[in-house]
Amino acid sequence: MCLAVPGIVVEIDKSLFPVMGKVSFGGVQKSVCLDWIPELAIGDYVIVHAGFAISRLDENEALESLKLFKELEEKLFGQDEAQ
Amino acid sequence: MQNISTGISLQPSIPKKKHKKILLAHGGGGRLSNDLIQQLFFDRFQSTLLSTAHDGAMFSVPKSRLAFTTDSYVVHPIFFPGGNIGDLAVNGTVNDLAMCGAEPLYLSAGFILEEGFPIDDLERIVETMKRATETAGIELVTGDTKVVERGKGDGIFINTSGIGQIPDQVDISPQHASEGDCILLNGNIADHGIAIMSEREGLEFETSIQTDSAALNGLVGTMLQASKNIHVLRDPTRGGLASSLNEIAMASKIGIRIEEDKIPLAEEVKGACEILGLDPLYIANEGKLLAFVPEKDAKAVLQAMQNHPLGKNAVIIGRVVKEHPGHVSMKTFIGSMRIIDMLTGEQLPRIC
Amino acid sequence: MKYVDEFRDQAVAKNLADEIAGIITRPWRIMEICGGQTNSIVKYGIEELLPQEITLIHGPGCPVCVTPLEIIDKAIALAGRREVILASFGDMLRVPGSEKDLLSIRAEGGDVRIVYSPLDAVTIARENPDRKVVFFAVGFETTAPTNAMAVSQAKKLGLNNFSILCSHVLVPPAIEVLLSSPNNRIQGFLAAGHVCSIMGYEEYFPLTKKYQVPIVVTGFEPLDILEGLRLTILQLEQGRSEVENAYKRSVTRAGNKAAQKLMQQVFFVGDRKWRGLGEIPQSGLFLHPEFDTFNAEKIFDLGEIRTEESPLCESGLVLQGRIKPMECGAFGHECTPENPLGAPMVSSEGACSAYYRFQRHTKA
Repeated sequence: MCLAVPGIVVEIDKSLFPVMGKVSFGGVQKSVCLDWIPELAIGDYVIVHAGFAISRLDENEALESLKLFKELEEKLFGQDEAQ
Repeated sequence: MQNISTGISLQPSIPKKKHKKILLAHGGGGRLSNDLIQQLFFDRFQSTLLSTAHDGAMFSVPKSRLAFTTDSYVVHPIFFPGGNIGDLAVNGTVNDLAMCGAEPLYLSAGFILEEGFPIDDLERIVETMKRATETAGIELVTGDTKVVERGKGDGIFINTSGIGQIPDQVDISPQHASEGDCILLNGNIADHGIAIMSEREGLEFETSIQTDSAALNGLVGTMLQASKNIHVLRDPTRGGLASSLNEIAMASKIGIRIEEDKIPLAEEVKGACEILGLDPLYIANEGKLLAFVPEKDAKAVLQAMQNHPLGKNAVIIGRVVKEHPGHVSMKTFIGSMRIIDMLTGEQLPRIC
Repeated sequence: MKYVDEFRDQAVAKNLADEIAGIITRPWRIMEICGGQTNSIVKYGIEELLPQEITLIHGPGCPVCVTPLEIIDKAIALAGRREVILASFGDMLRVPGSEKDLLSIRAEGGDVRIVYSPLDAVTIARENPDRKVVFFAVGFETTAPTNAMAVSQAKKLGLNNFSILCSHVLVPPAIEVLLSSPNNRIQGFLAAGHVCSIMGYEEYFPLTKKYQVPIVVTGFEPLDILEGLRLTILQLEQGRSEVENAYKRSVTRAGNKAAQKLMQQVFFVGDRKWRGLGEIPQSGLFLHPEFDTFNAEKIFDLGEIRTEESPLCESGLVLQGRIKPMECGAFGHECTPENPLGAPMVSSEGACSAYYRFQRHTKA
């Protein structure tokens, strides 16, 4: 279940209730409810499901994961070299 | 076409009431019908054959094989980013001729209009069709207009049929794909389907994506100049790339293998597909073609495509293989193999 | 696309698969709970990369698949009424009811409209004051708060022509039912990353403790799934049974408090029947009585709905992970995507549909 996609916040309208905004997915912009993500700023990434931001994408964690994958490559590559 | 007696002037001296909407009488064959046809078609299209207003257009055929095709256009919304039903009605039929390797000659157009359809919209559509015929180099020579009661038609339906001539030595058929053929694609897929979807109620999104509707006969012409040895041509319209590839695999009884990372896709189209949960392989195109070309000719044909405005992003997306005849497989982004099946029904947006 | 493409990297996928092959020493059976993960696994051919020792079992995390037949039939009955506009996610349109599906009702003249967001259904209600809009509100914990917001909005706007037909299900009770079954052979779980984005993962600690199985919160891209599997296998090989988060870029331990609060305001937890699994206690969400005027089951008199499942459909066993789709007698014969007997053949993430579309040729 739960098709949810990361996109970048390009507009926030706090005067509305619930708070709404625009999120860009590769350039396609959709109106999204941003009410559940506190302290959101333009330029933040959010994960969007059925027109709602369900979480803020933690860019540090994302980069951390990718870094771990890179370290894994080095470890495997190092093992290959040693063999 | 209605038979118009030569005795009646086509320029009535009594000022006409300008109608805003189509009435049943516009399809009745009487004064209102004639006025409509004069205004929409005869005054607009520069065709002797058309203005003769005979029951049928009469012409000689060249001494070569002919291609003949028909298609009906029922798209909704009628106006969409970058085009309207008129573009599709001309380009779609021109492209079907081009996929036979034929140079387009003559076009017919039949309209079924719903009572109440705005005449301004009809004018826009017909004007678009005129421009499209000029770009493609095809002549509209005969047509028909009918009107149905309000509620019995979806605004406007258009049927077009086309005749073209096939140069000698060109022998294109969906049954001719053979092992080792390279599969060429002229550019980004899924633009048209996404452009349509962006206007659909309940799914609207802002995008700069427009339909890719275009007449492909010019592109095919340059490809055939590079090599007469093209085995298959197909324009992946409804059902997308995946459906066309499956049809060819079945017709030629061969296997097809494509590579996911070779398939060109505009970033925005990708974004739209991601959020709606759609697979771009199954989304309609209106200005794309697939060409199956023997390996030794592939480079030349590819270069010819890339030199043409409608083929700048042309790429080889796969080959014909002897494994799994009748089926299509794809090497995914992560290097595994997946079967690309035929579409089941309409692809619907999803949240799961 | 940023934060999507990087998690589909071919070289990294191979490395993760090699790493898994390097640490595994014996067979393990792991269930991915979420239909979106099933779809990803089959679409990207992830099983092809994995060592033979791993058996992936596809779980019942497909809300389309587990929506009770009665509710589907109710939706179809409502859509057939002249005054009703039935708004729905696209997923539900081809799910077979006892006799028809929503798509065929549309063909018969029913006003059935696809929406992307529940708020779009509220908009339709505002724009059509003389019609009654019913939104088919289906989903797990990821979707439930979005449906709650639609109801909450409708109430604030004072709409008297909007209601929802509600079928929400919760994940942890389903996991408990599977683990407590005497037939259970599942040894580890990949928990649903987007459900946990809303709910956090506190609820899984009692389960790992009670049943001694690892539960790893996992995302949906190929690298996410491989990483989730890697951590699960590592735990199994090391004899651990802990809750771990492998989808940290979206999931925190506490989850999304604002969404949870809204869900509690609008829904209460009750016993819920799951298509194919039977009744699971405290596994469903229902509208609080204060929202009765937005509850389609309360405001429409639907009479008696008689339901009838196809006797050939074995989707219950598939949803429990006890058989693979190809082991169902009807698979590929009486039951195909063109003519589905049960929901898992329809939904894009139903196991039967996934296998039919992507894998039946290689298995044949």
